[in-house]
Amino acid sequence: MKFRVPRIAPSEITPPEAYFSRRALLAGALASGASALLPAAETPQPQGATLSYTANPQYSVKETPNKYQEIAGYNNFYEFGTDKESPSEYAHTLKTRPWSVTVSGEAEVRGTFDIEDLLKGQALEERIYRFRCVEAWSLVVPWVGFPLSSLLARFKPTSRAKYVEFTTLYDPRQMPGQRVPVLNWPYVEGLRIDEAMHPLTLMVVGLYGRVLPNQDGAPLRLIVPWKYGFKSIKSIVKIGFTTVQPRTAWNVAASDEYGFYANVNPQVDHPRWSQASERRIGAPFLAARRPTLPFNGYADQVASLYQGMDLRHYF
Amino acid sequence: MTLTQRYRFIYKPLVFVACLLPLAWLTSGAFGWFGASLGVDPVKELEHECGKTALNLLLLTLAVTPVRELTGQPQLLRLRRMLGLFAFFYVLLHFTIYLVLDLELNFATLGADIAKRPYITIGFTALLLLIPLAVTSTNGMMRRLGRRWQSLHRLVYVIALLGVWHFYWQVKRDVREPLIYIGILAVLLGYRVIRARSRRRNAIPGRMPATSGQITATPPPTAAPQVTSTSCVGPTLRPSATD
Repeated sequence: MKFRVPRIAPSEITPPEAYFSRRALLAGALASGASALLPAAETPQPQGATLSYTANPQYSVKETPNKYQEIAGYNNFYEFGTDKESPSEYAHTLKTRPWSVTVSGEAEVRGTFDIEDLLKGQALEERIYRFRCVEAWSLVVPWVGFPLSSLLARFKPTSRAKYVEFTTLYDPRQMPGQRVPVLNWPYVEGLRIDEAMHPLTLMVVGLYGRVLPNQDGAPLRLIVPWKYGFKSIKSIVKIGFTTVQPRTAWNVAASDEYGFYANVNPQVDHPRWSQASERRIGAPFLAARRPTLPFNGYADQVASLYQGMDLRHYF
Repeated sequence: MTLTQRYRFIYKPLVFVACLLPLAWLTSGAFGWFGASLGVDPVKELEHECGKTALNLLLLTLAVTPVRELTGQPQLLRLRRMLGLFAFFYVLLHFTIYLVLDLELNFATLGADIAKRPYITIGFTALLLLIPLAVTSTNGMMRRLGRRWQSLHRLVYVIALLGVWHFYWQVKRDVREPLIYIGILAVLLGYRVIRARSRRRNAIPGRMPATSGQITATPPPTAAPQVTSTSCVGPTLRPSATD
């Protein structure tokens, strides 16, 4: 498959260190009272171990990535509370090692695997993807991970495997937000097998070259860049190959508002708000709103997956 | 110091300053003063906080009547206009932030939102309904409109319902906070319904025997002090020009 995403040189990506010096400059501007509408003063700092990876410009967009603090300080991760700030505040209670993933269903290789075994032999790469939340805000994120297909292939799914179902950890002691029945815990998401095997679909373990912060879904999360953010399930403990479409968390919660496919589509509004445009987090004052692109800008690569489907019906 | 002087020089200035505190907090967050911050998405924060402050003030406005009746402090009425006008102020701020900072002055989107998004439609309706109330909040207007002033200002019940509904409807999933607002509003409006019913019952002498004991125990309507004091444009409490 050919990818026409514009190339971006690794040298063009601003390293976190540079952002900090920029922050220091901003702090100076703050002190002089010269600047307006600045991001939070108490924001998470990158602290995870550095990963070894190679940049994959072929799969990266040529937009400026958001700051680490924006990606790690503004999260929807209801397992740690429904405010955007709650996950960065409370997710430190999550223990990401030891961690295991149970594989079940229509596959030859099933069982419970330690995360280290799953990661063994997976070459990590960095991909800069757009991230579009169903709430009409967006980010550009330098993820570190590996194609989901190279993980799933190891389990040798059978021809009966039509869907892949993912499940987040359920442990209210570590995830206090699960004490509140906002969603039907544990969080479940799913993809059609061809979506799961698509080369854009990423298993993510890192951000900005470091181990993924807990609030962003450590130790193992999915990223499906052409779908609304809620499809990209975090802190995965189960992978199941199924014959029937998985009952996904948001779809179960409100099926008229959140479909199984959840492809980014400016033509199909959420029943309560427009999806035609989005606000880019961290963008300059009065220049943050931009039109939303079909399939979040990945139409060339993924539109063929949905040929002949009425995307208004399968939203 | 007389009561009037105390309201004029102490209580009202205090309430005025208190009503400006949310604005001061949001302004210092926007400009980063005193280490304050609006977080990663300052636009949403400003928008939501102004909306919530408006709702808070609207509920406080509606709480004045029950509180003054239950505590026997009819003078509290003197603070109500200021609370109501500040609620209007924060609603206007909320709308301006939505239009300028969120939609970035895209009037086509604004029109589409108002027409197609029910939660925005009802929010905008509430804003429009508040305008006549703000305009007729002066002493001159109260005098000119007489009894009709009270009828007009009963619109605030509708506005408050639209306001909390607007909040409830835009929340994605976690409706606990809007439900608290709905609960408080239900108490404030429920109080009025019960009070109006009992007063109507008291006003019809023919019904008194049928409703037995507890009603006959209450004083006759003309003698009940709370009846005269609840009329906000009644002669005993008509605000003076300096109020």
